[in-house]
Amino acid sequence: MATVFRLENVTKVYKNDGKEFSALKGIDLDIEEGSVFGIIGMSGAGKSTLVRTLNRLEDVTSGSVKFYDQDLAELSPSQLRKIRRQIAMIFQSFNLLGQRTVLSNVMQPLKIAGIKGKEAKEKALEMLEIVGLADKKNQFPSRLSGGQRQRVAIARALASDPKVLLCDEATSALDPRMTGEILDLLKEINRTRKLTIVIITHEMSVIEKICDKVAIIDDGNLAETGDVKEIFRSPKSQAAKKLVFPSNPYDPSQPDSRLIRVAFDGLAASRPFIAELVEKTGRKVNILSANTKSVGGIGYGQMVLELPGSADDQGVIIDFFTGNGLSISEVER
Amino acid sequence: MTDYIVETIKAGILETLAMTFFSSVFSYLFGLPLGILLYATSKGRIMENKPVNFVLGLIVNIGRSLPFLILLVLLIPFTRFVTGSSIGTTASIVPLTIGAIPIVARMVESSLSEVQPGIIEAAVSMGASPIYVILRFVLPEATPSLLLGAAINIATILGYSAMAGVIGGGGLGAIALQYGYYRYQKDVLWTTVTILVIMVMLIQSAGNRIAVKVRK
Repeated sequence: MATVFRLENVTKVYKNDGKEFSALKGIDLDIEEGSVFGIIGMSGAGKSTLVRTLNRLEDVTSGSVKFYDQDLAELSPSQLRKIRRQIAMIFQSFNLLGQRTVLSNVMQPLKIAGIKGKEAKEKALEMLEIVGLADKKNQFPSRLSGGQRQRVAIARALASDPKVLLCDEATSALDPRMTGEILDLLKEINRTRKLTIVIITHEMSVIEKICDKVAIIDDGNLAETGDVKEIFRSPKSQAAKKLVFPSNPYDPSQPDSRLIRVAFDGLAASRPFIAELVEKTGRKVNILSANTKSVGGIGYGQMVLELPGSADDQGVIIDFFTGNGLSISEVER
Repeated sequence: MTDYIVETIKAGILETLAMTFFSSVFSYLFGLPLGILLYATSKGRIMENKPVNFVLGLIVNIGRSLPFLILLVLLIPFTRFVTGSSIGTTASIVPLTIGAIPIVARMVESSLSEVQPGIIEAAVSMGASPIYVILRFVLPEATPSLLLGAAINIATILGYSAMAGVIGGGGLGAIALQYGYYRYQKDVLWTTVTILVIMVMLIQSAGNRIAVKVRK
């Protein structure tokens, strides 16, 4: 697999009224061709700046951003414009031209690339078919719903046959149902067109739903990166833990009892472990929280358990879980 | 009012319309590009250029702060050079145009500034050049606002054209001044003023209507 983007020690410092602000503090990242790559972080973490370095909407202060081995910083303005046609982008606020029809909006990147009227029109219609909005071609964006506007933006992004699609909080302005539809569409495009997709979001649910790989950005640093499933199973950094295990106020029966988190995925998620635990070992646990979700089509669950007081019982219970291939982590409270 | 006055007022209406029309066209011919430059070179915009923006801004501000009556007088030699005369309808078009250019430029700049920065970011991310972004993204998006601004500008030019009567320009302003004011013909004064008010109202409401119709 070729590497689409390679970031080496990327930093970005903003200067404002003599004050310096470091938005990115040395990011190293590889984004593989064909993947759906998520970049997640809290607001202000630097993820929007990071995605803008990928098409040089933001210049980096130091380090390099390479697009297929081509350092973006070395390009002349006209070379950069050509490269940008291969790196499409969609936005939280859609950024469609309100004074132009849907069809005319989708034709924009084609016209920029110098493709003439009839050919551009046919291509734009083809793109609108893909996003299922061919019947809205003569409407103006103000007449469309948020989800439909984002579909138009996706059609527009696809029109220039890009190699990558950057999504900057593309679903953050949409309700959950529309978010789901847009994510399904993106996943389908990723599969059918072999398009690499980079998704910026602050919502873990977006990452769970369609990303293969994820990078967690925390205060301008890369906290953790890897397979989404791996990070869900065993997040290592504090930032990752915070995102994967939202802080629930647990309510244990004893103020000082030991709490563990059991994570299971795939087939394990369909086995009745707690029942088996009781049957086989006779030990009981108190379930404080439990949930399951689908991460990239695979069931993934986690449970927070309160263990009985005796160290002996605790050992038996932990042996039972680890013996069944489940990963265990301590929960601090 | 005598038939002669009525005929004079009729001719005055046409003169005022001609002055307003040509001055508007010429002032946009220069003011629109100037406004685009002011917008594009200002801080944080797509062709940011501090020196150019400063110089253009200075010229425009000087032009706007000169009282129009003073400008009329100051421009007499220039007007004579351009049109061969410094009095009459045609001659009035020169100072009217020059006086309106800075007003038009600021109005255009303000309309363009209303365009969402996201639209420009999207255009740049598609690989559009700065010129392309301005012509094909910013201007079309700003069209309704530009039209509203144009209605205000045209009404202002119409008002200024009445002032040109002072230095021998034609039109309703000159009639109001000569017959209405100097000769104490109150009926002529009020008739011309009423006609001017109606003309301004028509221009403004036409501008509003067109802007609403164009806005999608």
